Amino acid sequence: MWSLQNITDNIHDWLYATFNPTVAMLIEYAIIGALAIGLFAMLGLVLIYMERKVSAWMQLRLGPNRVGPKGIFQTTADTLKLIVKEGMTPTGVDKLLFNLAPFIVMIVAMVVLAPLMFAKGFQIWDLNIGVFFITATSSLSVIGILMAGWASNNKYSLLGAMRSGAQIVSYELSAGLSVLAIIVLTGSLRLSDIINSQENGWWIFKGHIPVWIAFVIYIIAVTAETNRAPFDLAEAESELTAGFHTEYSGMKFALFFLAEYVNIFVVCALGATLFLGGWMPLHFGTNTRFNEVMDYIPSSVWFFGKTFFLIFVIMWFRWTFPRLRIDQLLNLEWKYLLPISMINLLLVTFIAIMNWHF
Amino acid sequence: MGAGSLIALIIAAIAFSGIAILVAKLVTKATTNKQKGEPYECGVTTQGPSWIQFNVGYYLFALLFLIFDVELIFLFPWAVVVKKIGWIALIEVGIFFLILFTGFLYAHKKGALKWK
Repeated sequence: MWSLQNITDNIHDWLYATFNPTVAMLIEYAIIGALAIGLFAMLGLVLIYMERKVSAWMQLRLGPNRVGPKGIFQTTADTLKLIVKEGMTPTGVDKLLFNLAPFIVMIVAMVVLAPLMFAKGFQIWDLNIGVFFITATSSLSVIGILMAGWASNNKYSLLGAMRSGAQIVSYELSAGLSVLAIIVLTGSLRLSDIINSQENGWWIFKGHIPVWIAFVIYIIAVTAETNRAPFDLAEAESELTAGFHTEYSGMKFALFFLAEYVNIFVVCALGATLFLGGWMPLHFGTNTRFNEVMDYIPSSVWFFGKTFFLIFVIMWFRWTFPRLRIDQLLNLEWKYLLPISMINLLLVTFIAIMNWHF
Repeated sequence: MGAGSLIALIIAAIAFSGIAILVAKLVTKATTNKQKGEPYECGVTTQGPSWIQFNVGYYLFALLFLIFDVELIFLFPWAVVVKKIGWIALIEVGIFFLILFTGFLYAHKKGALKWK
């Protein structure tokens, strides 16, 4: 069957047959870099368009509809506008940190892509500690945010960065604990092993109610971690203008914006991999006819379908719940989500040891 | 692909952001004046220093986070092997959670989780 694995394998073989190993390796790394940049640009264009269309749909509006058919070139036009805008550096900012912060945020967003499995056999680096790597590096983005907020020499930025820091580090705990629930069931941190363990059914179907609880907690926690509404009080526009990136303009602002959307993609992709089976097609027990039909859908379509469904859910949250206050936000995490996810982890372990999962 | 791909990705990120900022810098004409460089405060003249005092509560939550984050790091290797080891691992982590939770309750009693 047609698959991306054949293409990547063929390119790999051809490169090593034509050039000497060092050059071939360098060319492969260059291809990886180019693909990652391409993914970034595409994600930026698609997700921002999707966000605006979904918002418009939920509010009975039309959304962008002027530039191109159905407004699909709106984001491109916005990007062009941002390029010709002046990137200001206000007086009194810490110049080094101010200019470094967008780079840090972008590097973190890019590096996290490494262990993700986009389709069958299509992965940059099959790391044996993949999940750990993602949780560890994605939490580094808080450094970039604090840096931006502190260096901006602006009260709104400082308060926004502090709120964002408190929020990200708090919700990281319950996100980590709910990820651990799946690790307990699979016994491996390697993403390909986790996906292979879901061959006969996704964990959300196999793992009973505790995995459901873990999934719900994971979605809530990553919504908070990516500073999305209803947890967007780090950049609550009605009180803090734009939070930590108030003073950023032009391309530097665009980079923050892009990194934010890529982070949403990454956490949703991880959620889809852990709970919804990554690129694994939907299979129903021994119903071979149904399973074969499902196998005909390419694995990349499965992966991106699941990921974009989760992204849609997170966008749905934005128009459903009102924004929380900072004390309510921290209460929700420390008094409800954290104890629940700790007990839930013990429950999952109990089920795993008793072998009660399918 | 090995660890070198990380370096490739980091270089890609730096190149992407660097080129984007550079292109933007080349095609725009920057002007400066005194008002333009002031920190933004909704159009009003800036009042006092910008690096202001903020709520001490953020530090308390950061300290609490530190405790639980260390716990989380301990749990990662535990989660990988718990299915092989079985009951003893579960009981041990139960005790571990109990001790942590006592500390958490103490912090709660002392009012560290209250936002003042």
